[in-house]
Amino acid sequence: MSNVYEPVIGLEVHVQLKTQSKIFCGCSTEFGAEPNSNTCPVCLGLPGSLPVLNQKVLELGMKVGLALECTISNLIKFDRKNYFYPDLPKAYQISQFDMPVSFKGHLAIELKADDGSLNEKKIGITRAHLEEDAGKLLHEGVRDGSWVDYNRGGVPLLEIVSEPDLRSADEAFQYLTNLKSILQYLDVSDCNMEEGSLRCDANVSIRKKDDAKFGTKVEIKNMNSFRAVQKAITYEIKRQSEALNAGEKIAQETRLWNESKGQTFTMRSKEQAHDYRYFPEPDLVPFTVSKEQIQKIKNSLPELPKARMERFKKQFGLSGYDAYVLVSEKPLGDYFEVCASEKVNAKLASNWIQSELLGELNTRKVSLQDSKVKPKDLAGLVRLIENNTISGKIAKDVLPEMLETGKSAEEIVKDKGLVQVTDTKLLEEVAERVIKANPKTVEEVRSGKGQAIGFLVGQVMKETQGKANPKLINEILSKKLSS
Amino acid sequence: MELFELTLKQAKELISKNPSKESELRNSLADRVKTLDPKVKAYVNFASSQKGSEGKGALSGIPISLKDNIVTDGWETTCASKILKGFVPPYDATVVRKLKQSGAYIFGKCNMDEFAFGSSCETSCYGPSHNPWNLDYVPGGSSGGSAAAVAGNLAIAALGSDTGGSIRQPASFCGVVGLKPTYGRVSRYGLIAFGSSLDQIGPITKTVEDSAILMNVLAGHDERDSTSADVPVPDYTSFIGKDVKGLKIGLPKEYFVKGLDPEVEKAVRQSVQVFQDLGATVVEVSLPHMKYAVAVYYIVAVAEASSNLGRFDGVEYGFRAESSNLKDMYFETRDQGFGAEAKRRILLGTFVLSAGYYDAYYLKGLKVRTLIKQDFDEALKKADIILGPTAPTPPFKIGEKMNDPLSMYLSDIYTISANLAGVPAISIPCGFSSKNLPIGLQLTAKPFEEGTLFRAASAYETATKWYEKKPKL
Repeated sequence: MSNVYEPVIGLEVHVQLKTQSKIFCGCSTEFGAEPNSNTCPVCLGLPGSLPVLNQKVLELGMKVGLALECTISNLIKFDRKNYFYPDLPKAYQISQFDMPVSFKGHLAIELKADDGSLNEKKIGITRAHLEEDAGKLLHEGVRDGSWVDYNRGGVPLLEIVSEPDLRSADEAFQYLTNLKSILQYLDVSDCNMEEGSLRCDANVSIRKKDDAKFGTKVEIKNMNSFRAVQKAITYEIKRQSEALNAGEKIAQETRLWNESKGQTFTMRSKEQAHDYRYFPEPDLVPFTVSKEQIQKIKNSLPELPKARMERFKKQFGLSGYDAYVLVSEKPLGDYFEVCASEKVNAKLASNWIQSELLGELNTRKVSLQDSKVKPKDLAGLVRLIENNTISGKIAKDVLPEMLETGKSAEEIVKDKGLVQVTDTKLLEEVAERVIKANPKTVEEVRSGKGQAIGFLVGQVMKETQGKANPKLINEILSKKLSS
Repeated sequence: MELFELTLKQAKELISKNPSKESELRNSLADRVKTLDPKVKAYVNFASSQKGSEGKGALSGIPISLKDNIVTDGWETTCASKILKGFVPPYDATVVRKLKQSGAYIFGKCNMDEFAFGSSCETSCYGPSHNPWNLDYVPGGSSGGSAAAVAGNLAIAALGSDTGGSIRQPASFCGVVGLKPTYGRVSRYGLIAFGSSLDQIGPITKTVEDSAILMNVLAGHDERDSTSADVPVPDYTSFIGKDVKGLKIGLPKEYFVKGLDPEVEKAVRQSVQVFQDLGATVVEVSLPHMKYAVAVYYIVAVAEASSNLGRFDGVEYGFRAESSNLKDMYFETRDQGFGAEAKRRILLGTFVLSAGYYDAYYLKGLKVRTLIKQDFDEALKKADIILGPTAPTPPFKIGEKMNDPLSMYLSDIYTISANLAGVPAISIPCGFSSKNLPIGLQLTAKPFEEGTLFRAASAYETATKWYEKKPKL
């Protein structure tokens, strides 16, 4: 029944820009400082104080805009968004209303088709605008009553608003992952949802599949992870579908996601929505940015995930999916690239990083950056596999030891005598013994059951404590059995 | 001559010759304030035991009085509003810092209309100030306390702020010199905002030269104020004493119309003759959109004010009406903390910025503001100075206009457009009414040409010497 509806989703992402000082004053943006220690008359909104724009914030904002292929506004103008709340010391937030720093861009997401190939979908970016963050209310753990910590007040934010181009919770998740990846490549934000340096609200509506018109949209807030966004959207699509099926109307409202209950709840209706009375911020004079300045920032952009993915495919012969996974987290892509530059088989390195290394690190709860196995060390292991010194099976035992001890693969293989047996004469002797001991299997192989040879190979491996080269054993056995 | 009678220039000379006179001057002034301010009520806060100046420079040892909306480290700063009672800022406004660095010290904080909302000093939560020329009359507003202090020899010099005439109109009513500098000429950092795009701090002084001396200290770019201009500051005192031969004086035909008091008109027209006698030429100019200035002002200024005053919510500082929940605390604090005129302007401003009304009021207001600016550009191509009355009438009685806001608003009809256009304007004494109350003359110049104002005003002052006449307190 829910299949008759198509979800329409747009996301609003607030990103804390990584600057030393706040957007309109010189206070530190450091997270976790003593409450109200990083404040001054300006970010406390004391009477008479005035804002002065931190140029670094503008630069980072433009960087993101350019990376999202937006048009950059040549006039930089700020507006006041007026509302009352104790965490907002001036009773207005300095933001950008009708002239965002960047607008009309897009972000590509990769959708995996049934056959495993990737299809690109472009998600429109409506706008990305600069604004100041508010303080934080503390209701517990201080003294009785509610208190305000203004340390976060005036921390620079970029609000990135997408077009309603997303059609599923998975696409939304993918969008957030790719956006975070771009922000990390640009090094403009810590993108830490727990510390609040990345926040996301979702606008969700559903419509009949062939409807041209959008349904009534509901805004959902209070998700503190990408998974929570995905879950909240999934929940909301289901809730709205059920409501429509029951003949109800969807109310335009703001809802809050409750993580522990796994549900959304009404926060405020459209009627209760604020009239923010936006008007141009008279304390900040609008100014122009030249084409040259914008071009200079554009030229300074680093290689972005999308370009890196294409390069990985071409340079290292990786599949689209492997390349996509490797570039999606910048540290992972960096790790791979250093490893591959050690002149080892890149595809083999990619496999070992993605399946073995990440798995081992995950069980040990160690991050890639803190791994004792550095990219060069992993290359050493891959090289041993590549030149047949050890088998993949042995390598799987070597890697955990490398992670524990920090020793190189060569060292471990040498110390433990794990060097692969490539002595043909020795292997022939073992093969002969195995053939004699397993007449029944030998018969099966000879009668055409080719796959039965695997058992014999296994037996040889067992006798050589796994040190034999499986490819070589296979050749020897085949030769002996066919003669 | 008593020391409190000194002009800023004379006080400077006295102390530079004999630094020990600093405390004598302070005591003389403090005694005068203690004796007479209970009648004038120019001050809301003054310290008789000031420790004096810290820095050394052009104003060493000079006491300066400040309007109570200029933030002063360690001094309660209230904007004459109950809602800011008890607020002691932890920092100095840029102008205060500059004054201190030049050797001056803060003598006291002067009364004003609450948040500078008014033209009579009557909306103050401390009660009205009185005009030293006749205590039954208002000193004008909103910088009425500053002007009354200077006029009554209760201050050597003072600072006011001008959003729509708040320096010039009280200067006119009290018979002193008041300058509203070009928007951006003096830093607004630390001026508690009323209309951010209109506000300017300026000097209120006994003479034109004193105004120039203070501007030498106050003017200049401030990196803490994005709206302050990075334009070189000339030595303003160099314009004092220059002649006005060949200076083109523009008379806007729109100035001399119904509503202008005949005595004021007569005094202003006589001043034109004085300028002609001094060698200036007179040309007629036109400010066709002036008739919209008051209307535009009461859109733009109140819109900004409604936003600027949002922060007075009882959360962080100042007055709070304790309540059981946040919403009631907001409502009660703002209801009890703000006076009637403040509430009126907050409501007006909130209305003109509201969804559905923004385009019709605020946006249209901004467009007309641009036309008014263009009027001045055009008129000041033909003339070096625009001359007219500062206020349409001589001072009115305390209580006379308190229940008639519209007539009160019209008191600023000649001053408002300079704020909308951002141009500098000065009010200087030009005579007295039949009731012996001062009348002011307003001169307006191109942006950043305060020097031209000083040149014309000092020539006129030297020729007429109106400043020599003092009220008897």
